Order: sequence, then structure tokens, then C-alpha cells
Amino acid sequence: MFKWLHPYAKSENLYRLSGKFLFWFGWLGTIGAIIGTIWGLAFTPADYQQGDSFRIIYLHVPTAMMSMSGYLGMAIAAFIGTVWQQRHADMTVIALAPVGAVYTFLALFTGAVWGKPTWGTYWVWDARLTSELILLFLYLGVIALYYAYEDKRSGARAAAILAMVGVINVPIIHYSVVWWNSLHQGATVTVFEKPKMDSSMLWPLLINIVAFGLILGALTLMRLRNDLLMKEGHRPWVKKVLEEGR
Amino acid sequence: MNPRRKKRLATTLAILIGLGVAVGFVLFSMTQNIDLFYTPSEIVNGKNETGVKPQVGQRLRIGGMVVPGSVERDEQSLQVSFGLIDTGPVVTIVYEGILPDLFREGQGIVANGVLRDATTIEAFEVLAKHDEEYMPPDVAEAVGKVHPNGVGGDKQNQGSGY
Repeated sequence: MFKWLHPYAKSENLYRLSGKFLFWFGWLGTIGAIIGTIWGLAFTPADYQQGDSFRIIYLHVPTAMMSMSGYLGMAIAAFIGTVWQQRHADMTVIALAPVGAVYTFLALFTGAVWGKPTWGTYWVWDARLTSELILLFLYLGVIALYYAYEDKRSGARAAAILAMVGVINVPIIHYSVVWWNSLHQGATVTVFEKPKMDSSMLWPLLINIVAFGLILGALTLMRLRNDLLMKEGHRPWVKKVLEEGR
Repeated sequence: MNPRRKKRLATTLAILIGLGVAVGFVLFSMTQNIDLFYTPSEIVNGKNETGVKPQVGQRLRIGGMVVPGSVERDEQSLQVSFGLIDTGPVVTIVYEGILPDLFREGQGIVANGVLRDATTIEAFEVLAKHDEEYMPPDVAEAVGKVHPNGVGGDKQNQGSGY
């Protein structure tokens, strides 16, 4: 079933394929984020209740959504690495973890900045906020476990197990506002429902969500490619790549 | 798939499903009492499921809507009191401090405080809740969503003059 994937299990092929993806992810993500952010911050109307302070949604929602999607992606890679013992999958886990951790931090930070003027506090021990904080600790735990072992294969196994076990937190974050009485409002943009936002405000948000996802992918690929070159520095294909200069 | 992979797949899936079910049970049992959250009618009539009423002096969290016309400010201090309602009876919240910008009559709020007597809560924190709907002031006006003393009107139109 997955025979067509086998050539990409070779590091050189993976390196070259990910280079092509990196190009598109990087450029589309950067351009999209610039358009979405400027549009959202400067050219959308102010909210009827919150005035201008609602604009931080254009950074908060994309980073928060992608911190969760990133974790899901990392857990899938960990699952493949554990079951099929695919070492590139293990490398993807550790390439993604720090990027996801930064996204989670940004989501928490922008949320705090938004919470102060609207709710009246930077932080409450609310179900949504607490579960997102746990997500940050899970990311940091995956990174710490990976580097805690002298042998990188053992490190990758341990990190992968934590990554998979922690995936239970993702639906908890998502449904926390439904299950508990939380101060945090419900989801504005969901896949199956009509967005609860006026269309004049919606487009830059959608653009930024996609763009931030592409940037997450681009940063992960950059780290993965770097890791490939470092690990296989003695192989002839690396020498060839370096001579070609790309 | 070779047998070793099959075994690893089975073990991993078993652990993940087992853990998922366990966490699910824990969360399900916690939905009722993850925090000491009451609505105004629950303060008076007791919790919906259990009928438990909070005791005087108990620390609790309350969420509801500010009753329009009930906000009374003290001229000399930051002391403020207002009524809070959901679907039934009104309870009174007393608070001393600065209220969040979004606090206004008709707004949903969450307060942390101590129950002073059957229907009075002395809050040490008042937080404004807002919903997940966002729209420009003119659209809000068109669908009749403008608050009587909200930030709508002049202040907002200056900000959106692009």
C-alpha cells in the first residue's frame, strides 16, 4: 500500500523533496502572514464591543490553532516512528517540537495581552488556559526527554511515547470551553459551522491561520533538513548537496 | 506488516486507547465540580443536579448577567454593587476595585468571592466575559446588538475611519 513512499525513506530523496516543499511553504506562509496581519491590524473595522483590542485575534487564533495542529502532527510522526521504526519520523518529532513550543508560548502570551483589557486579568486558572499551558509543558517535556539520553535512539523512543500519550490533551483543549464553565469564549471559526464573525473581519483571520500553518511547516522542514545534513555529514550525498550549494 | 511491527502496533494502540478511556472517565466525573461555579439561581435554589446550596462564608465563583439599572457606585470610594441574574432570582455582588473595560449593564461576568449572606457575595475579582461573535459597530446596530452604555458610538467610529 505504501510502496510508493519507500524511495523517500532514503535521506537524500527526503532532503530534496523537503527542499521543494520548504520553498513553497516558506514563501506562501511569509507572504500570507504579512498580508493577513497588516489587513487584520490596520484595515478591518473595530469590534462593536471590544473596539480595537479584538485585533489581537489575528495573532492569537492562528498561533493557538497551529500549536494544537502541530502537536497532532508531532504525535502522528511519533506513532509512525514507534510502530514502523522509521528514523526520519523520529527526526520529524524533534524537528517539530521546539517550533510547536514557540507557537504555544505565543498563543499564551497573546491571550494574556488580550485578556487584560477585555476580561480584566492576564491569567485565570480556567480550563482552556490551563490545558493550553499543559500543552506547552508537553512540548518542553518531549524536547527534554529527547536530549536526556546519551543514545539518540533511546531518546527518540522516550520522546515519542510522551508525544503520543500527550495527544489526549488536544481534544481536551478543543472542547474545554464546551465541557466546563470557562471564562474563555467559544470557538469563532470551526470547520462545520458558519463563522461567528462578520465577513469584513473574517478573511484576514483565515489567511493568517493558513499562513501560520505553512510557516510552522517551513520551520519544521528547515530543522529536519539541517538535522539530516548533520547526522549524515560523512555520506557522499551530503558532499554532493553542499557542492551544488542548495 | 511483519509480526514485530504488528505487535508494536497492537501494544501502542492498546496503551493509547486505555489511557484515553481512563482520562475520559476522569474528565467526565470532573465536569460537575471542576470549580466551585454557581449561577445566581443556583445560589438561591441549590445546584441543579444535587440541590447543594453554598454555605455562608464559602469561597465560590459565580457567573451571570449584570442586571440593567442595578449598578450602584459609591461616590467616595471604588466600592460598587450590582445585581446578577441568569434565569431566576437576582443576587447582589459587592466589589471594591477597578472593573474591566467590558463591564457594563447586560454584560456576562464571572466573579470570585465569598458568600456573605444568602443572596450577597463579596467579590475580590470581577471578570468580564465576552462571546465569540465579532462584528463592526454598524453591523451590530443593524442586528440590534448595541449595548445601552457600551463603547459603541463615537469612540469606536474614530477608530474605524480607514
